[in-house]
Amino acid sequence: MNWKKEWKVLALMSGAFLAAYFLPVGGVRFDNALLEAFHLVKWYAREHVLLCLIPAFFIAGAIAVFVSKGAVMKYLGARAKKVLAYGVASVSGSVLAVCSCTVLPLFAGIYRMGAGLGPATAFLYSGPAINVLAMILTARVLGMELGIARAVGAVVFSVVIGLLMHLMFRRQEAERSQASAAMPVEEPGRPLWQNALFFIALVGVLVFANWGRPGEASGLWNAVFRAKWMLTALAAAGMGVMLVRWFALQAWKLGLAAVATAAAALLVPHNPLVPFFVGILGLSIVAGGDHGAGGEWFASSWDFAKQILPLLFLGVLAAGLLLGRVGHEGLIPSRWIAGLVGGNSLGANLFASVTGAFMYFATLTEVPILQGLLGAGMGKGPALALLLAGPALSLPNMLVIRSIMGTRKTVVFVALVVVMATLSGMIFGAFFA
Amino acid sequence: MKIQILGTGCPKCEQLTRTAEAAAKELGLAYELEKVSDINDIIAFGVMMTPALAVDGVVKVSGKVPALAEVVALLGGAAS
Repeated sequence: MNWKKEWKVLALMSGAFLAAYFLPVGGVRFDNALLEAFHLVKWYAREHVLLCLIPAFFIAGAIAVFVSKGAVMKYLGARAKKVLAYGVASVSGSVLAVCSCTVLPLFAGIYRMGAGLGPATAFLYSGPAINVLAMILTARVLGMELGIARAVGAVVFSVVIGLLMHLMFRRQEAERSQASAAMPVEEPGRPLWQNALFFIALVGVLVFANWGRPGEASGLWNAVFRAKWMLTALAAAGMGVMLVRWFALQAWKLGLAAVATAAAALLVPHNPLVPFFVGILGLSIVAGGDHGAGGEWFASSWDFAKQILPLLFLGVLAAGLLLGRVGHEGLIPSRWIAGLVGGNSLGANLFASVTGAFMYFATLTEVPILQGLLGAGMGKGPALALLLAGPALSLPNMLVIRSIMGTRKTVVFVALVVVMATLSGMIFGAFFA
Repeated sequence: MKIQILGTGCPKCEQLTRTAEAAAKELGLAYELEKVSDINDIIAFGVMMTPALAVDGVVKVSGKVPALAEVVALLGGAAS
C-alpha cells in the first residue's frame, strides 16, 4: 500500500461522502433554489438565445473579422494626437478587443509603445466594459436604461480615468520599450460604406427581432412592433443581397436558405422562432461552407459561441441557484440583498463597486447575476455601479495589471474605478430609480 | 528554427500553436516551439495584439490566427 498516493483517493472519497451525507436536499429553500436554477436556464434558452445571442455572435464575429484593426491602432500609436487617442481608446474596446484576452497585451502595448499611460488605462477600463455582446445582452435582459447607462458610463469614465491617471503620474517617465510596435498589417478589404451597410443590416435583424411590445397600443413604437417580423425579414433580405454581391457567397445556396425560411414562415405562422431558426441554420450552412470572407465571418462567430455559451450556461445556473428568478428566491434570502445593496445610499453603491471590482465575471455572466440581484431587491444605482466596476476588473486581472504598470499605479487605477462606479451609480439611481 | 507563439493562453493562441506545428510538420522542418505568455516578454517583441507568431525572434504575424497555407508560406520563407 503506497499511502503517499492513496491518501489523496481517501481524501476525495471522504469529502464526497461528507458532502452527500450533509446534502441539504429536502430543505425547502435548497430544493426551491435547485429548481430556480433550471427555471432560469430554460427562460434564457427560450427568451434570449435564438433571437438575441445568436445574432449578437454573428455581429461580434463580423466586427472581429471585417473592421480594420490597423486603421484603429494608428490612433493609439506613439505619434498619435493625444486628444484623438483618448477618444479612440474609450470606444475602440468594442472593435479591438472583442475577445477579452486581447485587452491586457493591448493595454501593455499602448502604455509602453504607444500613446502612453492615459489612453492605455482608458482602453483598459472601457475595453471589457463596452464589449458588444455584453451591451446587447444587458439592454435585452436588464432593460435599455441600464444598457445605455452602462455604455455611456463606460466611455465617459474611461476618458476621465485615463486623464486622471495621466495627470497624476505625468512626472514619472513611462518605461518605453525600445522595440517599435509591430502594427497589424492593414489588409485591403471592402470599402467602408459596404462594411457599414452590412453592419446596419445585421443590427437591423437584431433590433427588429427583439422589438418589445409597447405599453400603449398606439404610436410609432407600436407600429414598428406590429410590423417587426416583416422588418426583420427585410433586414435579413438586405443582408442576403449584400452577402451575394459583396462577399461572393453563392446566390443559389443563399436563395435556397431564403426559400426554406419563407416556407417555414408560411407553415408555422404563429411561431416566428421557427422561421428565424431555419434562417439562422441556412445562413450558418451556407457561410460555414464558404472559403472566403463569408467563411471567416462564420468561423469567427462560431468561435465566440464556443467560448461564451458554456460559461454563460454556468453563470445562469449559478445565478438561478443563488438568487432565483424575478419574484422568486434562491439560496440567498432577498432580505440580505435588499439590506446590503438596496436603495441608492453611498454604502450600497460602494459595496456594489468594491465587490464588483474584485469579483471575477466571465464574459456576459454579469448579466444573469445582476438580473437575479435586481429581482432580489438591489437598487438600480448599485446595479449600475456593479456593471461598471465588475467586468473591467477582477483580482487575478489586477495582479497582471500590476506586473505591467506597478503597484502604485494599479492601486490608483482600482481606486478611480471604484469611485467612478460608485458616483455613476448614485447619479443613475437618483434620476432613474 | 525557433517558433515562438506569443499570447496569454486563450483559445486563439492554442489554435495558432496547432497551426504552426502542422505547418512545420508539412514542411518537414526541424523546429523548437516556445510559448511566450508573460506580458512584458510579449511587449519586448513589439507585439500589441495577440496572438502573434515569431520565428527566431522576428515577429511574422500578429493580431490574428492565419490560415495554415499562410503559416506554411511564412515558415517556408523563413527557412530559406
